[in-house]
Formats: sequence, C-alpha cells, structure tokens
Amino acid sequence: MNLSFAITSLEQGLAFGIMALGVFISFRILDFADLTVDGSLPLGAAVSARLLTMGMNPFLSLGAAIIAGGFAGAITGFLNTKLKIAPLLSGILTMTSLYSINLRVMGRPNIPLIGKDTIFSFIRDLGVPYPWNNLLLLIVIIVAVKLVLDAFLNTQIGFALRATGDNPQMIRSMGISTNSMKMLGLIISNALVALSGALVGQYQGFADVNMGVGTIVAGLASVIIGEVVIGERSIMIATMGVIIGSILYRFSISIALNLGLAASDLKLLTAILVIIFLSTPRIKKALR
Amino acid sequence: MLKVKNLEKIFYRGTPNENIAINKIDLTVNEGDFITIVGSNGAGKSTLLNSIAGVFPVENGTIILDNEDITKKSEYKCAQEIGRVFQNPLAGTSPEMTIEENLSLAISKSNNLSLKWGLSKHKREIMRKHLEKIDLGLEKRLTTKVKLLSGGQRQALTLLMATVANPRLLLLDEHTAALDPATAIKIKNLTAELVNENNITTLMITHNMEDAIKMGNRLIMMDDGQIIYDIKAEEKEELTIEKLLKMFEIKHGGKFNNDRMLLSV
Repeated sequence: MNLSFAITSLEQGLAFGIMALGVFISFRILDFADLTVDGSLPLGAAVSARLLTMGMNPFLSLGAAIIAGGFAGAITGFLNTKLKIAPLLSGILTMTSLYSINLRVMGRPNIPLIGKDTIFSFIRDLGVPYPWNNLLLLIVIIVAVKLVLDAFLNTQIGFALRATGDNPQMIRSMGISTNSMKMLGLIISNALVALSGALVGQYQGFADVNMGVGTIVAGLASVIIGEVVIGERSIMIATMGVIIGSILYRFSISIALNLGLAASDLKLLTAILVIIFLSTPRIKKALR
Repeated sequence: MLKVKNLEKIFYRGTPNENIAINKIDLTVNEGDFITIVGSNGAGKSTLLNSIAGVFPVENGTIILDNEDITKKSEYKCAQEIGRVFQNPLAGTSPEMTIEENLSLAISKSNNLSLKWGLSKHKREIMRKHLEKIDLGLEKRLTTKVKLLSGGQRQALTLLMATVANPRLLLLDEHTAALDPATAIKIKNLTAELVNENNITTLMITHNMEDAIKMGNRLIMMDDGQIIYDIKAEEKEELTIEKLLKMFEIKHGGKFNNDRMLLSV
C-alpha cells in the first residue's frame, strides 16, 4: 500500500467518520437501530450537490444538508413515537421514501461536481499543499463536530438523551418525555449523517442516488471497531473511538481491495466483519 | 392533597379476560400522610399506584393532586410532581451512566431541561451532602457507573433520586421486596428518614405486614379492587398482625392469599 492510498483511506475515514458518529447516537446512545441513514447520507450529498450546481457557497450547502438530514430523522421519529411504528420499520420506510426524494432533489440519478466550487477546491485555492489540504479541512470539521457533540452529551439534555436509551422507565420517572428525546436523538443523528454525505459527495466529486447502500453496516462496523480498539469508558473516549473505528474500517477495506478483492464483494465482507464483531461476546461466553 | 374519586380501571375490557382491577375507589390522602397499602394478590394495589402515576388511562373517575386534575396526564408529566420507586432495583437508574450523572437528572427534575452543563461544582456539593445521608460511601464514588453498584445500593440511590426534588407525592411499590433482608431493613429505615425529613406525602405498597403496621400513620387494606379498611392514627397504633388477618377474613369471607405476605408474617 503506497502513501497516497493511505491518505485516501484516512480522508475517507474522516469524511465517513461523521456518519459513524451519527450512527453512534442512534445505535448506541438511543438504542434505536435506525436504517434511515442509508437514505439520509445520499440526501446530504444530493442537497449539497444540487445547491452547488446552483452556485451556492459550498460551506453553506453543508448547512443545508444538515437541515435536510434533521428533517429525515424527524420523519423517522414521528413514525416511531407518534404513529407507534417499530423502530426498524420506521427507518426502512423513511429510507425508502428518501430514494424518491433524493432523485427529486437531484433531478437525475447522478450529479458530477467536477469543476464546481467545493470546500476542497476552496482550501486548495488557498494554497495549502497536498496532502494537507483535504486532510486538514476534514480533521478540523470532524474535531469540531466531535467537541460539540461531547459538550452536548454532557449538558442536562444530553444526560437525558443518554439515559433514554439506557433506561426509558427511569427517564419517564424523572418527568422527561422519552418520545421527545428519541425525536431529538434521531434528528441529531441524521443531521450528522447528511453532513457526512455532503462531505463525501464534495470529496469524491459527485453525488449518486445509490451511494447510501450499506451505510448503516459501515457505520456499525466503525462504531464496533472503535469500541473494541479504544473502549467506551466515557463519552469523549467513545466518540474518539468511533472516529478511529471509521478510519480503521476504511483502511481495512483499502487493504482488502489491494489484496485483490473485487469491489463488488466489499459489502459482503463488511457484513461478515460486523457479524463477527457483534457475535464475539456471545461466542466468548459459550466457549468459557 | 390527593383526592381519588370513583376510580375504575378495567383491563381487557369487552373480552373474556376482562378484569376489573380497580372497582370504584374513593381515597383522600392528606398532606403529610404516610400510607401503607396491603392486600392479597391481584387486589389492585399496583394498579392503584400506576393509575395515580398516569401509566395508563383509567375507565372512570378523577385523580386530583393539589387541586390539579391529573387524571389524563401522561406518565412523564405526572412524574414531574410524583416520585416513584419500583420493586426492581434496576428500574430507577441508568446503568451506563455514573452516580453523579444519574443524580444530576434527579436534581434538574424540578427545573426544565436546558443546555446548561449537567454537572457543576455546586451540584456535586449538593450530591455529596445527600449521599452522605444515605451512608453507603457513595459520596466518594460519584464517577462510578451505576451498573457496578449492588441492588441495595441502586435502590438507595433510586430512593434518593425520587425524593431529592421534593415531590408532592411519593409512590413506593414493594420497593424492598427484591432485596436481601439486611439490605431491605436499611432501605426501609432510609425511606422513613427521607420521608420524615422532607415531610413527603407517601403511598407505600408492602407485602410485609409488620412493616405495614409499623411504618406510616395510616394503613389501607385492599381486596378485589376495593379499599376494605382504612385504618388511621390511634387505631393503627393498636394493630397487630393477627388482628389484621382476622379483619381481612371477616370482610373477604376466606383466608388471606398472598403467599409472600404469609411467609413474611
């Protein structure tokens, strides 16, 4: 594996790391297996790409993606908390609807961004040399997201959010609505996933309606790798772990590709990886 | 302060399994009352507490807490004024969060949630003071995750969390039943201490006749969805387990059937 390959993996790990943080919120903090992310990742890319073709400032387009993702999360939250549809199905319904919506947003299945102003062309034009341009920008963004998230999860509302996934009965006894907390968590989660989608779209130079397939599994893989490698003693360590997990995940995929694995087999490989990690505790127990 | 009027709760209404859990109950609880509730299996004790706490809608009747009709209020809204401790010592705390994070939620309960820090120096001081009172050494373990505590420690913490925000009403549903005898005694003493200190109006279900007689200023006996005895002050002082069982048999026309209760006599 040469250096540029490593840098690409690192950059992808950072860009998708924000998605993994979103999955961490729904899957770990809320204990809500939210499949919306397969739709909200391309939603973020679609909104941002469409706005870029209309000449919007690339940084502002990230904000638009965040808002769109938040809406997607709110829909899933509405289906689950108000219409009482099971979490898994709520996510699948939103994800499926988003496929059509993403096509509407883009107006076609794919928007190329070659030659358009993106946040990456912006930093390159500032004269930051390769490989620091993309890396620096992505690191600044993900560190900012991580710090804001850490801070939020240590506020009163953040505590309530964490307890909601851990023991909903307790949070109701504390006079807090578990429904509001779920709603809030899903909005934040999908807002982050859409931000990640927008970054990935600008980074790879196109938005594609199919780019979300398997997002949840990749996100889970990152979260779990992070827990195994870094641990989860505190929120700050856990979110750090998720980012490192995302980077390690992208590296392992690059290595697998380098070893001659067909790109079409990647999803299978990822799924098997997640199965192994998820079942390890049980297998260990059985062997004891 | 708490007025329950003509309360009726029917489970599986209109099906062959229809079960009238609460059959037109009237109950007036005065400010500062500490009422123990006893009764055989299926008498409706827990259903009564759950109805007051807004866990499910009731078929008929009204529940008024301090002149406010809370009959139709949802569980979490009721909880803003009502503290609860359950039989399961794991039910009242968040295991993956630390002692201080759990307590912080309880202390914030009286305020609206905000984006202020969940913990502060001032808050920690208040917590230490409260934890010192329950005398389990938890004040030195603020950053320990709650899942590492024993059942008794967790129940003590739950009790503290339920009372720290000075609720108008405290509902205890056999909250010492799942603990070992020595721990149960500790939690009972702590209950009496916290309730007396803050003068919290309390309803406590217990399967232990002795506790029911010893604790509190008023005893209610339920049977078949109704309150069959409401024994107050002096009359309660003179109560014995034998008397209580006899009273039950007169009204019920049969032996008392609460296995755990008879075992604990």
